[in-house]
Order: sequence, then C-alpha cells, then structure tokens
Amino acid sequence: MNTSTDELTPLLQRGYEAGFVTDIETDQSPPGLSEEVITRLSETKKEPRYLLDWRLQAYRAWLEMKEPHWSIAAYPPIDYQAVSYYAAPRSVDPKRPKSLDEVDPRLLETYRKLGVPLHEQAALAGVAMDAVFDSVSVATTFRETLKKAGVIFCPFSEAAVEYPELVRQYLGSVVPYRDNFFAALNSAVFSDGSFVYVPPGVRCPMELSTYFRINAAKTGQFERTLIIADRGSYVSYLEGCTAPMRDENQLHAAVVELVALEGAEIRYATVQNWYPGDEEGRGGIYNFVTKRGDCRGARSKISWTQVETGSAITWKYPSCILRGDESVGEFYSVALARHRQQADTGTKMIHMGRRTRSVVISKGISAGHGRNAYRGMVRMAPTALHAHNYTRCDSLLIGPHCQAYTIPVLEVRHPSARVEHEATASKIADDQIFYCRQRGLDEETAVHLLVNGFCREVFQKLPLEFAVEAQKLIAVSLEGAVG
Amino acid sequence: MNNEQPLLDVRNLWIKAQDQFILNGLDLRIGLGEVHAIMGPNGSGKSTLVQSLAGHPGYTIEKGEISFDGEDLLTLTPEERARRGLFLAFQYPVEIAGLGNGYFLKAAVNAVREARGQTPYDAVEFLKVFRELAPLVGLGQDFLERGVNAGFSGGEKKRNEILQMLLLEPRLTLLDETDSGLDVDALKLVARGVNATRSKDRSIVLVTHYQRLLDYIDPDVVHILIKGRIVRSGTRELAREIEREGYEPLLTAMA
Repeated sequence: MNTSTDELTPLLQRGYEAGFVTDIETDQSPPGLSEEVITRLSETKKEPRYLLDWRLQAYRAWLEMKEPHWSIAAYPPIDYQAVSYYAAPRSVDPKRPKSLDEVDPRLLETYRKLGVPLHEQAALAGVAMDAVFDSVSVATTFRETLKKAGVIFCPFSEAAVEYPELVRQYLGSVVPYRDNFFAALNSAVFSDGSFVYVPPGVRCPMELSTYFRINAAKTGQFERTLIIADRGSYVSYLEGCTAPMRDENQLHAAVVELVALEGAEIRYATVQNWYPGDEEGRGGIYNFVTKRGDCRGARSKISWTQVETGSAITWKYPSCILRGDESVGEFYSVALARHRQQADTGTKMIHMGRRTRSVVISKGISAGHGRNAYRGMVRMAPTALHAHNYTRCDSLLIGPHCQAYTIPVLEVRHPSARVEHEATASKIADDQIFYCRQRGLDEETAVHLLVNGFCREVFQKLPLEFAVEAQKLIAVSLEGAVG
Repeated sequence: MNNEQPLLDVRNLWIKAQDQFILNGLDLRIGLGEVHAIMGPNGSGKSTLVQSLAGHPGYTIEKGEISFDGEDLLTLTPEERARRGLFLAFQYPVEIAGLGNGYFLKAAVNAVREARGQTPYDAVEFLKVFRELAPLVGLGQDFLERGVNAGFSGGEKKRNEILQMLLLEPRLTLLDETDSGLDVDALKLVARGVNATRSKDRSIVLVTHYQRLLDYIDPDVVHILIKGRIVRSGTRELAREIEREGYEPLLTAMA
C-alpha cells in the first residue's frame, strides 16, 4: 500500500466526505416514545406477535433504568421524547426488500457515492452487502450466491418473519434487554439490521457487510444485528457507517449479538465513521452501542476489529464471553478522537471455560481537544482453569490539548489464570517528523506514516480493501492535526 | 578548491538556539565532488551547523546566507532541501516503532525520485535496488520488516543512515558524528558505504571528533570549528596535528 503525496492531496481536501444529505421523501414517525409508538412500529414491519411482546417488555424495563454516566463523555441531557424512532424512504416497501432493479435510484446513488456500489457487477469482489438506510434495509446483495451455500444473510425484519425459530432462540440471548439502558432502548425500538446464520460446517464463501446510513434529521438509528455461526462454521462480517453533517446531535444505539457454537469462528470488523461534529463540537452522532459475542461452544473463536474515527461520543465495548473450553476472544481497536470528540471504548473478556484465551490490542489516538479512553475488563471466573489474557493499550497524543486515559479492570478468580497488561502513552515527537522530512517526506505524509505505523497491528486484521479504506480515513481525519 | 560556484556556500552565518548564539559568523564553501571534514571540541557548534543546513526547526538563523546549488537554502523547507539532494546522516537516528523500515525507505526514495522527475520505484524495483546496496553496509533483507531504527544497535542505526544515503543519492551528504560509538568493524562498513558514494558530482561533509574516521575516508579539506567559527582550514595533516596536540593550542591562541 503506497500512499504517495500526490494521492494524498485530494484525500486531504475532502474533509468529511460522507456528510451529504440524500433528498428523498421519507415516512417518519412523530417524535416520542410510548407503548403505542412501539406497537405501531411493529405493525408497520408486520412483525410476529412474539417480537412485539419482547419489545414491550424491554420498553417497560427501560422505563425503570437510568442513563449511565460513568464514561468520560460529558454531554447535555438527551430528550428521548424529542427523537423520532422510525424513518424510512417512502419508496421502500417496509415488508420486503425488492430486487436491485426496483430499488429507488436515489438510494443506489447514495451508496455509490459512499463507495459501496450495490449492483453486483460493480460491487467489491467477494463482498455481499446489506444496505440499511435510516430504519430500513433497502437492498441485500448476493443473496442467491449465499443461499446456495446455505448461508442466510438478510435484513433483521425479514428474519423475524421467515426464521422465527432462530430469531426467538437467539435474540437477546447474548445481550438481554435488561443488560443496560441503551440495550433496553434498542430492544424496544430497534428497526433494521442484519441477520446471519451459517449452518454447521459451512465456510461462508463471501465477506458479509452491512452499511448503515443515517439520512433523516431528528431521528436516531437503532439497528440490531444477530450473527449465529453453527458448529464448525466460519464467517467474516464487516460494518460501515456514515451520516450527514448536521448541527444537532443524533442518537445511534445499536445492539450486536454474536453466537459461535462449537468450533465456529466469527470475525467482526467495524469501520465507524459517523459524523463526528465540527471543530467546535457542534453536531455529530452519539454512538451508544452494545456489542457482545458468546463463544458458546468449545474451541469457538470470536474476533472483534474496530476502527472508530467518527461520532461525537463513542460508548462501545465489544466483548467476548468465553464460555466454551479453549475458546478464543480477540479485540483489536483503533479509536481516534479529534476536535471535541469523546471516545470511551474498550472490551470485556469474560473467561469461563478452561484454557480460554484472549488478546486485546487497543490503539487510541487523540488530537485537537479530543478525549480518548480505553476501558477494559478481564474477568477470570473460578472455572477458568489455565486461562490466559494478554492486553496492550497504546495511546498516541497529537498536540497539547488532547487527553488519553487507560482504565483497565482485572478480576482473577482462579490461581492458574494468567493475565498480562501493558500500556504505553506517547506523543508524535518533533524529531520523528523532522527525521521523515529530512528524507524528503512532507509533514502531512510524515504524520500519516507515523500514525499508520502506530495502527499497523490493528489494520492488518481488516480485510484488505477495508484496511486501505481505514488508512485513508485516518489520514483524512488527522488533516491539519499537526503543525 | 576550484573557482566555480561551490555546491554549498555559507556566508557569515549567525545561529541562535535557546537564546544563545552557537554559530558566530561562520563561513564555509564546499565545491562539487569535494570531501570536507569538520572537527572541533564538544559544544563548538558542529551539530548545529549540519542540523541547520538540513532545516531543523529548533534553530533560529539570525543572520547570514546559505546558497545550495545556486539556490537560497533558507527559503526551503526541510523536505525541499532533502529533495534537492541534501542529506543528513543523524548523530542519533530517530526510532519509529511500528513503521516498517522497507515501507519508510521506499516512501522516502520515491518522494525524492518524484521531485527529481524520475519515475517512482514499484515494489520489485525497490527491492532490486535495496539488494544491491544493503550488502555494502552489511544489512540483510530481514531488516526491511523491522520498525525504523526500533531496537537497532548503535552500529545498525548508523549503517541504516548510510544505506539511506546510498538509496537517496544525495548531492551533498552531511555525516554528523557517524563514527561515534562504532567499533572498528562497523566503522569500516560505514566508510565503505561513504567511499562508494564519492564521485565528481557529489560532495560530503564529515563532522567528527576524532581523526580515526579519516583513516578510512580521505578528506580533501579539514576545518577546525571552535566557538561557532571556522578557525583553521587545511589538509589531512591538520587533522593529524589535532590528534597529536588536541584543540588546546588553538583555544589558547584564541583566548
């Protein structure tokens, strides 16, 4: 991957490229949240009764819960009654996604502009895409190819109708609606998201990907993703997300549940580029997300990789429950906070099975007035014989006004468990930049090389096309951060 | 020295760092193809001189002119100087963990090549050039995978500097105490690399404490820098005289 100066110049000028608004007629529910709103939402989506009941239980639980404020993020109170919980382009049939030829060209154009063309001949090689626009899925590609392999990849609302047994069995089994305030809210009002089921022994033939796009104003996005990898199967999944530039803050409260049965492996990658707000901290997405994977079977493996460059606030801890013996959990993260962004992110590795292993590599980059915290927990249960965790948290600070925190919690309940934790904090040093410049590289390129070097271990975990994209994203996000 | 325009022409250079004058009206002319050695006691301003020539932001030029190949060097950024062929081998090469050496070297070579109107090397071409040059300074291909100078021994760092010089093909090379901290074997490798670059259109400045390096690299001119000024210039013999008698007689004469 050679990024020369000439290639970078246009990149540096592009700013937040995803900040445009698609002009499209939208059906949007009036602001506010109540049992009635939830019931109507469920009716619109023609959901089975079990799902509505579950939503209402979640809503009642949520009413009793308090918004958590233990993260480093400071923000004014959120008025949950001022948010619209459902928005969908009028041209999308809420029941069923159509074939690509029937999809509104304005929607196709939106995804093309975002660099994720949906037409199968133009799509990224080997990647099947579910495109979620505000509250609905507008298209899912390569479904036939996947079906031949036995893999189910469809919008969540479709799964709720078509595969009720699977959904009922697994929904909320990793993240129960009582788990936390935002998970309860999501359970009550979630709209679309992706559903994946990989049958026993199947290696999913393509990368699966969901692209989440918020378009409508005064709305939030509350998607729900459920991935089940049955015995001995393998699947690699990637999500991307963007939103228009707006002065108001918009709420994004998603839940992702992963289930890996015996010997199965799930790789889950995120390139999160929600609108981060402007230099003064006006606008941007509040990204309050619960992601958790359950290594339910022996020798199963779940690997989270995240590149978090967007959002005004990120509150997100993709975690692994290592229940099966010899199961493996991984968390690789690059989180960037610049301008007034606040990122509080990390992971929980809950070791329950014997000889379970986990690795946590976290790279936090803070620039401008950004605040970045790694918050992590490693728990070795009394049953976690000979379990092992390795954690490393590196923070890179650019400029004098940013902040970085590392907040690890270790709980070890079995003497045979081993836990290693390393942390570093460093600044991009002036001599490193001068050294690069003396070798003919301009300052901007020098910073990109230094930052990419810092992030390399994590980028290597992404599928190649996305690694390139992630590198560019970091480059763009750091434009003007030095000097 | 010839009478043509020198490659580097420094006139009446006054430089401050942290409110103190370090160079006090220094003059220096380096002709094309010449090798100059600059010697001097600690704190005489040797590193300040070469770092300022490379455009280090920590120094303030109070007065003076520097022309490089007929161009006003002081108006150029550090990277522009590098792209025009000015190379500094650092006394303390900087470590950059995580950034692969191979990636870094290729980016640097291509930045310089593009500035010269040459086509950038692709990965295969770069590797070919690397394989030709690296053995000169005793480095192998495994070295491409490691982080820039990260965890390198002192000798490896200095050899990496010389390798970069060979790759970038500079017109003027400034070696800032490249010999310091090297054992004889490493010193010979460094000297071999430097001698390989000697030619009629490349000039070299060796900054050193000791004349030991000059046993392996034969200079055309030797300068003695004391208290921010060149107080004497001469031939190889001048370096031997310093080696025998130290800087003391010169310091006494100045006092």
